Amino acid sequence: MRRAVAAVIRKDLRIELRTGEAVPAMLLFSVSTFVLFHFALDRASVEGELAAGVLWVTLLFAAVLGMSRLFVAEREQGGFDGFLLAPVDRTSLFVAKAAVLFAFLAAVELAAVPAFAILLLGPSPWPAAGELVLVLLLADLGIAVIGTLVGALGIQTRARELIVPIIALPLMIPLAIAAARATSPLFLEAGAEALPGRWLLVLGLYDLVFGLVAFAVFDFLLEE
Amino acid sequence: MFARGLKPLSIASVVLIVGAFALVFFYAPNDADQGFVQKIFYLHVPVAIVALLGFVAGGVFGIRYLRTGDRSHDLRSYVAIHISLILAVAALVTGSIWARAAWGQWWVWDEPTLVSFLIVFLLYACYQPLRFSIEDPERQARTAAVFAIVAGAFVPLNFMAVRLAESLVHPRVLSATGGSMPGEMRLTFLVALVGMAVLFVTLWKYELTSKQASMQLRALKRALADEDDSWVPTRRSAAPQQL
Repeated sequence: MRRAVAAVIRKDLRIELRTGEAVPAMLLFSVSTFVLFHFALDRASVEGELAAGVLWVTLLFAAVLGMSRLFVAEREQGGFDGFLLAPVDRTSLFVAKAAVLFAFLAAVELAAVPAFAILLLGPSPWPAAGELVLVLLLADLGIAVIGTLVGALGIQTRARELIVPIIALPLMIPLAIAAARATSPLFLEAGAEALPGRWLLVLGLYDLVFGLVAFAVFDFLLEE
Repeated sequence: MFARGLKPLSIASVVLIVGAFALVFFYAPNDADQGFVQKIFYLHVPVAIVALLGFVAGGVFGIRYLRTGDRSHDLRSYVAIHISLILAVAALVTGSIWARAAWGQWWVWDEPTLVSFLIVFLLYACYQPLRFSIEDPERQARTAAVFAIVAGAFVPLNFMAVRLAESLVHPRVLSATGGSMPGEMRLTFLVALVGMAVLFVTLWKYELTSKQASMQLRALKRALADEDDSWVPTRRSAAPQQL
């Protein structure tokens, strides 16, 4: 299984490096959304809860873009058939795709969060950078799991671009609540406060529950 | 196949629902605080609880479909979620009316039960579009089952997250301590809850029977059409088209 997972990850990362289909689009989308928020809120800088909300809404919407692209090559160019013919565990496709989406999200955030800090965020994010990275990683894990599952659901339909966002966004609401609540004390004007532990716990629980559920049901989406 | 026990179930649901409303209007006391308006509680809460249980039941039938590959479980799951969606709209509307009467607002955001219910409703509202946009019946059933399972697991997690996020204003009817209802109210509520649950099962079986009958009718029409070589068009639908 490990070799199959590694092979799919390698293939996807190579495609992304050569074509640049997902990550640049997600990043551009994030930056445009920050600019949009600047004008829509009519503010030069945001802090606290507002900053956390703006950041997470933007990142979640950008993630939805990545989700609907995740399986397009598999569907259009017969990757599913090839994978089903190969004598490997089907779950390895799930693990590989979740890892790829996680990598995409991390890459986007590596540029989008600094852009957010420069364009919109009032207080400096540096004092709480470690905590912020922790929240981002936990949330990315949940987004990657949900995104892989919803992407695989959406690719079965004719209306992929419609189905993926309307299913993914309600599913990610608990994640958005926990991530935004966990981040808002880090962005306070008066200086970052301690990270609220219970929201990290909720994020972890979300990752765990949906990780297990997705692990259990993903195989059924692949049968032809 | 689905019609067994329909008659006693129908009678039981009529008796229970009528009985529950009789209890609501003639037996249960008026709330000391909110007065008569509070009686919408006996409709709102059972509808909401039964809708949530129906969503979870849809997920359970989804699991059974994936395990057995028996299409009748797909139909069961579909009908359970369909009726629960209708009940969910009723719960949102009655909840909104009650909120207006009790708190003076149609919608209250710092109200975890309301908000989580809305989120669950928004998620399940995607179930029909999802089914509708898949043509192959086999794939439609499988994808819908996966959705039903994931969404079924989402229901409790969502309630927990939203409840943690908000203050506690909504009365906890079924709390660990048993809530704080006096005996008459509790009895009335329990009868209303059981009545609503029985009504759900009855409607579910009626819909299953009706769906099965129209499937059989379609199969017969198709068999007849083969003879004189005309073509019977099938409508694309979110519902399962054959067992």
